[in-house]
Amino acid sequence: MATIEMTGIARDPEGFLTDPAQWNEDVAETIANEAGITELTPRHWLVVNYMRDTYLSAGEAPSIRSLGKESGVQIKELYVLFPKGPAKLAAKIGGIPKPHGCI
Amino acid sequence: MTTMTDHDLEQLVTPDARDVPKPIEKVSIVISKGSLEGVYPGLIMANGARMEGMEANVFFTFFGLDAITKKRHDRIKVATVGNPGMHIPTIVGAIPGMSFLATKMMSRKMEKLDIPPIPEFVEMIADSGAGVYGCKATVDMFGLSEDDFVPHLTGVITVGEFYEKAAGGEIVFT
Repeated sequence: MATIEMTGIARDPEGFLTDPAQWNEDVAETIANEAGITELTPRHWLVVNYMRDTYLSAGEAPSIRSLGKESGVQIKELYVLFPKGPAKLAAKIGGIPKPHGCI
Repeated sequence: MTTMTDHDLEQLVTPDARDVPKPIEKVSIVISKGSLEGVYPGLIMANGARMEGMEANVFFTFFGLDAITKKRHDRIKVATVGNPGMHIPTIVGAIPGMSFLATKMMSRKMEKLDIPPIPEFVEMIADSGAGVYGCKATVDMFGLSEDDFVPHLTGVITVGEFYEKAAGGEIVFT
Protein backbone atom coordinates (compact mmCIF):
# COMPACT_ATOMS: atom_id res chain seq x y z
CA MET A 1 0.00 0.00 0.00
CA ALA A 2 1.29 3.43 -0.91
CA THR A 3 2.17 5.62 2.01
CA ILE A 4 3.36 9.17 1.53
CA GLU A 5 5.08 11.96 3.43
CA MET A 6 2.39 13.91 5.25
CA THR A 7 4.32 17.16 5.48
CA GLY A 8 2.23 20.12 4.40
CA ILE A 9 -1.01 18.40 5.32
CA ALA A 10 -2.71 20.16 8.24
CA ARG A 11 -3.96 17.84 10.98
CA ASP A 12 -5.36 18.30 14.47
CA PRO A 13 -3.60 16.76 17.51
CA GLU A 14 -5.56 13.53 17.03
CA GLY A 15 -4.58 13.26 13.39
CA PHE A 16 -7.79 14.39 11.69
CA LEU A 17 -7.30 16.56 8.61
CA THR A 18 -8.33 20.13 9.27
CA ASP A 19 -8.94 20.82 5.59
CA PRO A 20 -10.84 18.09 3.71
CA ALA A 21 -9.58 19.57 0.43
CA GLN A 22 -6.04 18.37 1.19
CA TRP A 23 -7.25 14.79 1.06
CA ASN A 24 -6.49 12.24 -1.64
CA GLU A 25 -6.30 8.45 -1.80
CA ASP A 26 -2.63 8.34 -0.84
CA VAL A 27 -3.39 10.43 2.24
CA ALA A 28 -6.18 7.97 3.10
CA GLU A 29 -3.86 4.99 2.79
CA THR A 30 -1.18 6.66 4.87
CA ILE A 31 -3.62 7.45 7.70
CA ALA A 32 -5.05 3.91 7.53
CA ASN A 33 -1.54 2.57 7.85
CA GLU A 34 -0.84 4.72 10.90
CA ALA A 35 -4.01 3.27 12.45
CA GLY A 36 -2.85 -0.28 11.88
CA ILE A 37 -4.96 -1.05 8.80
CA THR A 38 -2.44 -2.54 6.41
CA GLU A 39 -4.72 -2.57 3.38
CA LEU A 40 -7.77 -0.56 2.42
CA THR A 41 -10.06 -3.10 0.75
CA PRO A 42 -13.06 -2.16 -1.43
CA ARG A 43 -15.22 -2.72 1.70
CA HIS A 44 -13.14 -0.14 3.61
CA TRP A 45 -13.46 2.27 0.70
CA LEU A 46 -17.25 1.88 0.65
CA VAL A 47 -17.37 3.11 4.25
CA VAL A 48 -14.72 5.81 3.88
CA ASN A 49 -16.33 7.24 0.75
CA TYR A 50 -19.82 7.19 2.29
CA MET A 51 -18.45 8.99 5.34
CA ARG A 52 -16.66 11.60 3.27
CA ASP A 53 -19.48 12.15 0.77
CA THR A 54 -22.06 12.55 3.56
CA TYR A 55 -19.86 15.05 5.36
CA LEU A 56 -19.20 17.06 2.23
CA SER A 57 -22.85 17.18 1.20
CA ALA A 58 -24.55 17.44 4.61
CA GLY A 59 -21.84 19.23 6.58
CA GLU A 60 -21.97 16.56 9.25
CA ALA A 61 -20.57 13.05 9.57
CA PRO A 62 -23.21 10.30 9.69
CA SER A 63 -24.02 8.48 12.94
CA ILE A 64 -22.86 4.90 13.42
CA ARG A 65 -26.51 3.91 12.97
CA SER A 66 -26.82 5.38 9.50
CA LEU A 67 -23.32 4.21 8.67
CA GLY A 68 -24.53 0.66 9.37
CA LYS A 69 -27.76 1.15 7.46
CA GLU A 70 -26.70 3.17 4.46
CA SER A 71 -23.01 2.71 3.70
CA GLY A 72 -23.57 -0.80 2.37
CA VAL A 73 -21.56 -2.30 5.23
CA GLN A 74 -23.46 -3.46 8.33
CA ILE A 75 -22.49 -2.82 11.96
CA LYS A 76 -20.85 -6.21 12.54
CA GLU A 77 -18.55 -5.87 9.55
CA LEU A 78 -17.85 -2.20 10.33
CA TYR A 79 -16.18 -3.28 13.56
CA VAL A 80 -14.22 -5.98 11.74
CA LEU A 81 -12.95 -3.47 9.20
CA PHE A 82 -12.26 -0.73 11.74
CA PRO A 83 -11.77 -2.42 15.12
CA LYS A 84 -10.70 0.75 16.90
CA GLY A 85 -13.96 2.56 16.17
CA PRO A 86 -15.55 2.63 12.69
CA ALA A 87 -17.00 6.15 12.62
CA LYS A 88 -13.96 7.85 14.06
CA LEU A 89 -11.47 5.94 11.97
CA ALA A 90 -13.40 6.14 8.71
CA ALA A 91 -13.69 9.91 9.25
CA LYS A 92 -9.96 10.21 9.85
CA ILE A 93 -9.12 8.11 6.79
CA GLY A 94 -11.70 10.05 4.75
CA GLY A 95 -10.01 13.34 5.61
CA ILE A 96 -12.95 14.90 7.45
CA PRO A 97 -13.16 16.23 11.04
CA LYS A 98 -13.81 13.97 14.00
CA PRO A 99 -17.55 13.14 14.26
CA HIS A 100 -19.17 14.94 17.20
CA GLY A 101 -22.35 12.92 17.75
CA CYS A 102 -22.79 10.51 20.65
CA ILE A 103 -24.36 7.83 18.47
CA MET B 1 25.06 9.74 51.20
CA THR B 2 23.49 11.77 48.44
CA THR B 3 20.02 13.20 48.77
CA MET B 4 17.59 13.52 45.88
CA THR B 5 16.64 16.97 44.73
CA ASP B 6 13.22 17.80 43.33
CA HIS B 7 14.82 17.80 39.93
CA ASP B 8 16.07 14.23 40.40
CA LEU B 9 12.64 13.13 41.50
CA GLU B 10 11.06 14.68 38.46
CA GLN B 11 13.46 12.80 36.24
CA LEU B 12 12.24 9.55 37.77
CA VAL B 13 8.63 10.18 36.84
CA THR B 14 8.23 10.16 33.10
CA PRO B 15 6.05 12.90 31.62
CA ASP B 16 3.64 10.24 30.37
CA ALA B 17 3.02 8.76 33.77
CA ARG B 18 2.61 12.22 35.24
CA ASP B 19 0.36 14.06 32.82
CA VAL B 20 -1.51 11.65 30.62
CA PRO B 21 -4.14 9.44 32.27
CA LYS B 22 -4.22 5.92 30.91
CA PRO B 23 -7.07 5.53 28.40
CA ILE B 24 -10.01 3.37 29.47
CA GLU B 25 -9.86 0.07 27.60
CA LYS B 26 -12.92 -1.70 28.90
CA VAL B 27 -16.28 -0.74 30.45
CA SER B 28 -18.92 -2.98 31.94
CA ILE B 29 -22.27 -1.26 32.32
CA VAL B 30 -25.05 -2.41 34.62
CA ILE B 31 -28.59 -1.43 33.58
CA SER B 32 -30.92 -1.96 36.54
CA LYS B 33 -33.97 0.13 35.72
CA GLY B 34 -36.85 -0.61 33.39
CA SER B 35 -37.95 2.90 32.42
CA LEU B 36 -36.94 4.59 29.18
CA GLU B 37 -34.74 7.07 31.03
CA GLY B 38 -33.30 4.19 33.03
CA VAL B 39 -32.32 2.13 30.00
CA TYR B 40 -31.05 4.62 27.41
CA PRO B 41 -28.08 6.13 29.26
CA GLY B 42 -26.47 2.71 29.70
CA LEU B 43 -27.09 1.81 26.07
CA ILE B 44 -25.63 5.09 24.84
CA MET B 45 -22.56 4.61 27.02
CA ALA B 46 -22.05 1.03 25.86
CA ASN B 47 -22.39 1.96 22.21
CA GLY B 48 -20.12 4.97 22.75
CA ALA B 49 -17.47 2.76 24.32
CA ARG B 50 -17.45 0.47 21.29
CA MET B 51 -17.32 3.48 18.98
CA GLU B 52 -14.15 4.54 20.78
CA GLY B 53 -12.70 1.09 20.29
CA MET B 54 -13.12 0.04 23.92
CA GLU B 55 -14.28 -3.38 24.97
CA ALA B 56 -17.82 -3.22 26.41
CA ASN B 57 -20.22 -5.41 28.36
CA VAL B 58 -23.81 -4.66 29.30
CA PHE B 59 -25.36 -6.48 32.25
CA PHE B 60 -29.15 -6.20 32.52
CA THR B 61 -30.49 -6.76 36.00
CA PHE B 62 -33.82 -6.35 37.81
CA PHE B 63 -36.27 -4.30 35.72
CA GLY B 64 -33.45 -3.46 33.35
CA LEU B 65 -34.01 -6.97 32.04
CA ASP B 66 -37.12 -5.68 30.25
CA ALA B 67 -34.81 -4.10 27.66
CA ILE B 68 -33.76 -7.55 26.44
CA THR B 69 -37.07 -9.37 27.04
CA LYS B 70 -38.93 -10.05 23.77
CA LYS B 71 -42.37 -9.32 25.22
CA ARG B 72 -41.34 -6.02 26.78
CA HIS B 73 -38.43 -4.41 24.98
CA ASP B 74 -40.59 -2.36 22.61
CA ARG B 75 -42.93 -1.19 25.38
CA ILE B 76 -40.49 0.58 27.66
CA LYS B 77 -41.92 3.89 28.88
CA VAL B 78 -40.85 7.13 30.45
CA ALA B 79 -41.74 7.31 34.16
CA THR B 80 -44.14 10.26 34.49
CA VAL B 81 -44.80 9.65 38.19
CA GLY B 82 -42.14 10.07 40.85
CA ASN B 83 -39.81 11.63 38.30
CA PRO B 84 -39.07 15.27 39.20
CA GLY B 85 -37.09 15.61 35.98
CA MET B 86 -40.36 15.51 34.03
CA HIS B 87 -41.32 18.89 35.56
CA ILE B 88 -44.99 17.97 35.85
CA PRO B 89 -46.94 17.46 39.08
CA THR B 90 -47.19 13.81 40.14
CA ILE B 91 -50.98 13.97 39.95
CA VAL B 92 -50.80 15.07 36.31
CA GLY B 93 -48.22 12.37 35.57
CA ALA B 94 -50.67 9.82 36.93
CA ILE B 95 -53.40 10.63 34.39
CA PRO B 96 -53.90 7.56 32.15
CA GLY B 97 -52.00 7.94 28.89
CA MET B 98 -49.45 10.45 30.21
CA SER B 99 -46.62 7.95 30.19
CA PHE B 100 -47.59 6.88 26.67
CA LEU B 101 -47.58 10.48 25.46
CA ALA B 102 -44.30 11.39 27.14
CA THR B 103 -42.70 8.27 25.68
CA LYS B 104 -43.98 9.11 22.22
CA MET B 105 -42.64 12.64 22.42
CA MET B 106 -39.26 11.54 23.65
CA SER B 107 -38.99 8.78 21.05
CA ARG B 108 -39.68 11.29 18.32
CA LYS B 109 -36.93 13.58 19.59
CA MET B 110 -34.50 10.68 19.78
CA GLU B 111 -35.32 9.49 16.29
CA LYS B 112 -34.37 12.97 15.06
CA LEU B 113 -30.97 12.57 16.71
CA ASP B 114 -30.65 9.13 15.09
CA ILE B 115 -30.86 7.37 18.46
CA PRO B 116 -32.44 3.99 17.69
CA PRO B 117 -35.45 2.50 19.51
CA ILE B 118 -34.40 0.14 22.33
CA PRO B 119 -34.73 -3.19 20.44
CA GLU B 120 -32.65 -1.90 17.52
CA PHE B 121 -30.16 -0.27 19.86
CA VAL B 122 -29.55 -3.50 21.78
CA GLU B 123 -29.05 -5.35 18.49
CA MET B 124 -26.64 -2.66 17.30
CA ILE B 125 -24.63 -2.92 20.51
CA ALA B 126 -24.48 -6.71 20.26
CA ASP B 127 -23.40 -6.45 16.61
CA SER B 128 -20.67 -4.02 17.61
CA GLY B 129 -19.12 -6.87 19.58
CA ALA B 130 -20.22 -5.88 23.09
CA GLY B 131 -21.33 -8.62 25.47
CA VAL B 132 -25.06 -8.53 26.28
CA TYR B 133 -25.80 -10.37 29.51
CA GLY B 134 -28.84 -11.09 31.66
CA CYS B 135 -28.56 -11.36 35.43
CA LYS B 136 -29.11 -14.91 36.65
CA ALA B 137 -30.62 -13.92 40.00
CA THR B 138 -33.26 -11.75 38.29
CA VAL B 139 -33.99 -14.35 35.61
CA ASP B 140 -34.64 -16.91 38.37
CA MET B 141 -36.68 -14.46 40.43
CA PHE B 142 -38.95 -13.50 37.52
CA GLY B 143 -39.18 -17.13 36.39
CA LEU B 144 -37.80 -16.37 32.92
CA SER B 145 -35.92 -18.68 30.56
CA GLU B 146 -33.49 -17.95 27.71
CA ASP B 147 -36.41 -18.23 25.24
CA ASP B 148 -37.88 -15.07 26.71
CA PHE B 149 -34.90 -13.01 25.58
CA VAL B 150 -33.88 -11.36 22.33
CA PRO B 151 -31.58 -13.50 20.17
CA HIS B 152 -28.63 -11.12 20.66
CA LEU B 153 -28.29 -12.13 24.28
CA THR B 154 -24.75 -13.39 24.85
CA GLY B 155 -25.80 -15.28 27.95
CA VAL B 156 -27.35 -15.32 31.40
CA ILE B 157 -24.59 -15.01 33.98
CA THR B 158 -24.14 -14.75 37.73
CA VAL B 159 -22.82 -11.69 39.52
CA GLY B 160 -19.53 -13.51 40.01
CA GLU B 161 -19.20 -14.16 36.29
CA PHE B 162 -20.04 -10.52 35.61
CA TYR B 163 -17.14 -9.40 37.81
CA GLU B 164 -14.85 -11.83 36.00
CA LYS B 165 -15.82 -10.31 32.66
CA ALA B 166 -15.44 -6.81 34.08
CA ALA B 167 -11.94 -7.52 35.38
CA GLY B 168 -9.39 -4.91 34.44
CA GLY B 169 -11.98 -2.36 33.30
CA GLU B 170 -14.41 0.19 34.66
CA ILE B 171 -17.85 -0.69 36.02
CA VAL B 172 -20.70 1.77 35.51
CA PHE B 173 -23.97 1.23 37.39
CA THR B 174 -27.12 2.83 36.01
